[in-house]
Amino acid sequence: MSMDEQTIDTEVVKKFLYVNRKAPYGTIYALESLEVVLISAAFDQDVSLAFLDDGVYQLVDGQDTKAIGMKNFSPTYRALGDYEITKLFVEKESLDERGLTEDDLMEIMYEDEDDDWAEKPSIRIVSRTEMAAVMADQDVVLSF
Amino acid sequence: MPTLHTVNKSPFERTAFGSCLKHLAAGDAVLVLEDGVVGLRKATAFAGDLDAVSGDHKLYALGPDLDARGLKPDDLVSGVTVVDYGGFVDLVAEHDRTQAWL
Repeated sequence: MSMDEQTIDTEVVKKFLYVNRKAPYGTIYALESLEVVLISAAFDQDVSLAFLDDGVYQLVDGQDTKAIGMKNFSPTYRALGDYEITKLFVEKESLDERGLTEDDLMEIMYEDEDDDWAEKPSIRIVSRTEMAAVMADQDVVLSF
Repeated sequence: MPTLHTVNKSPFERTAFGSCLKHLAAGDAVLVLEDGVVGLRKATAFAGDLDAVSGDHKLYALGPDLDARGLKPDDLVSGVTVVDYGGFVDLVAEHDRTQAWL
């Protein structure tokens, strides 16, 4: 095989979904997911995040970790838009089961470069059925 | 564009198995392995959740994990196909993607 044939095709964009099902701080999964998502942003892929089951707690507003001696990484979700990660799917049934509503979540906005940099919400509340369709629409699904 | 979902935890210990069953798209299949196989026994509190999807979705169990836990094919809810490690590989290859429920 020649060197040319071995060259990685940088034009290929795959759809990646990061599935988040665990609350933050009790285990390392939520932080690890966020780290991998930020790394993935360097590869110009089509990235979506899914938040369901206890994973919806990762986006709850007003997290204060001072007294447990851990870093509060929740502000980082608001920076994802700067990395062109603008699709945060949150499952409505998971919110409902936990007594939460969209109003309990952080406001996470991005600037849409295709729409005169208009500010738009990154969080999209979806039904369980819609979440299943999001999952079925991916090239790669990574679970945390 | 079917997905192979894998579940490796008991539905009596974690919610992953139950959540998986609620997120199946048309044509998707579920492969149950490790501690997940205890959820496949018939007459459990979880059996109804399996019955609700087994008409529309293929259910597979990893045989070595059934054996290790003393579960025989006759102990399982109806509609479960037992596969070996080679069958596991075949299932991954036959589906468009694999989603591991942790």
